[in-house]
Amino acid sequence: MTEIFGVPLQALMGQLVLGLVNGSFYAVLSLGLAVIFGMLNIINFTHGALYMMGAMFTWMLLEYTGVGYWWSLLLAPVGVGLIGILIERVLLRHVYKLDHLYGLLLTFGLALMIEGLFRHLYGAAGQPYAVPSQLTGALDLGFMFLPKYRAWVIVASLAVCLFTWYMIEKTRLGAYLRAATENAKLTQALGINVPLMVLLTYGFSVGLAGLAGVLAAPTTQVGPLMGSNLLIVVFAVVVIGGMGSILGSVVTGLGLGLVEGLTKVFYAEAASTVVFIAMAIVLMFRPAGLFGREK
Amino acid sequence: MMRTKLSWPSVAGVALLLVAPAVVYPVLVMKVLCFALFACAFNLLLGFTGLLSFGHAAFLGTAAYLTGHALKVWEVPTLVGLILGTVGAAALGWVIGSLAIRRQGIYFAMVTLALAQLVFFVLMQAPFTHGDDGLQGVPRGTLFGIDLTNDYALYYLVVALFVGAFWLIRRTIDSPFGQILKAIRENEPRVVSLGYDVARYKLIAFVLSAALAGLAGATKTLVFNFATLGDAHWHMSGEVVLMTLLGGMGTVFGPVVGAALIVTLQNELAVVAGSLVTVIMGAIFVVCVLAFRRGIVGEGIALYRRMIGEKVG
Repeated sequence: MTEIFGVPLQALMGQLVLGLVNGSFYAVLSLGLAVIFGMLNIINFTHGALYMMGAMFTWMLLEYTGVGYWWSLLLAPVGVGLIGILIERVLLRHVYKLDHLYGLLLTFGLALMIEGLFRHLYGAAGQPYAVPSQLTGALDLGFMFLPKYRAWVIVASLAVCLFTWYMIEKTRLGAYLRAATENAKLTQALGINVPLMVLLTYGFSVGLAGLAGVLAAPTTQVGPLMGSNLLIVVFAVVVIGGMGSILGSVVTGLGLGLVEGLTKVFYAEAASTVVFIAMAIVLMFRPAGLFGREK
Repeated sequence: MMRTKLSWPSVAGVALLLVAPAVVYPVLVMKVLCFALFACAFNLLLGFTGLLSFGHAAFLGTAAYLTGHALKVWEVPTLVGLILGTVGAAALGWVIGSLAIRRQGIYFAMVTLALAQLVFFVLMQAPFTHGDDGLQGVPRGTLFGIDLTNDYALYYLVVALFVGAFWLIRRTIDSPFGQILKAIRENEPRVVSLGYDVARYKLIAFVLSAALAGLAGATKTLVFNFATLGDAHWHMSGEVVLMTLLGGMGTVFGPVVGAALIVTLQNELAVVAGSLVTVIMGAIFVVCVLAFRRGIVGEGIALYRRMIGEKVG
């Protein structure tokens, strides 16, 4: 059997793929955070809770109504997006004019509420969710077995990121969004409904978080606590990559996923901390972040 | 130079603390004092320097474990244990602070949160913390020959520590150094343009805040005889933000009031609401941000100023 530094190739590739899967979630979540920050000037602490909600909705749909994975892939993100729209309308719009810190504190409180509520209703332990039958099994690539579901998560996440990039950079709606990010007042003066844009941006971005939650459901235990720990890692990813560019978010997210996967193979004890260590190193040598453009 | 005056709320507060054990369970008051000190230390950063640290649990937790380990395993005297915890937290504060002050505003909050999570994972894996079981059975020891296993004896030590630390914070706020911190909060570029080394001021404030948060953690271990991972968890970092926000950030007494309220509330709610406590804490957060940003003490001061006809700025 082929070995690299004493590690079987199969195990190494397996961890790298798993790293890419985690990296895909980092990419989708940090992308959403960046888009929300650009438009709303808020660091959305609720992002992790809404990701969790996407996964919980998926599980609930199957448990209570028998609706399967593929419909959940559509319904759960839409549900999360609608809840996001409600949050924006009722709560967030009151803090836009205040210091950034208040947006962070408000969404933090909201995250506690959502997480606490699901914990109250379903307990802290997670529930298993089966991989859809079309995606069970693995592909034999010759040098490794690639589980189909993991491949699907990576491909789907990248497609979502690409779609978001296309929407923002290449469409008229995206041009409005970029204009409003740059100068909201002037954009409004040109007859573009900026509050509506803000609403849609938030709804869409948290919908992405919900989608990531659906994708994650079969890869982990679906439970109330799955969002918050992930979100703190995503914060580190955002600090490393900066929130300036979509491409930056994707590259940083995937890259750190790979780093994490490699760490699991060679020094498993540090796997949960390596992203934070990477952040500390980046802060020492490139304080503005790899793709930094501070706002 | 401004002198820190003995204000009547301070005198009344100390008097109240001295007689409190006659009517209230001393352990509860000690718990409140530990968290009040924690919140005051945090407020030195958020309220007076304008830096939102979302990772202060790291200092509380690290000091709690350090003091506990020193007292239980190394069997050092109580005072040495307390000092070790405080100094350890200060050192950690220096490391985290030097990294975090490289970024501003919202990034500062994210960096401190992420580094505190790093500390949490390290504590979780380190053998001396005993993982989820926590470090249990920490002896209180003696101080100047007085046996601290007596709750009342320990109570007056905790009161002395709290009053001393509180005085230090007030003294810092009123000092020329504190004036510069407040200037950084109001307008950082202007302070830079006046020729002050802003990074140094921020770092000193951060280390001082971390050290005092550490003292709170060390004292807490002494009171409860144990240290747990919960002390270092990000929930704890959120709680201290909430205490400060609810009481009134940037006010001297706000964090004390906030800490007393939250600790009492959690004690009461744990019985009736069970797992809904987190939801209620979250709701208080939301209400504070939307409608109550000055906090209880801040609103009180504003009301008082309106009553005596002063214009509120």
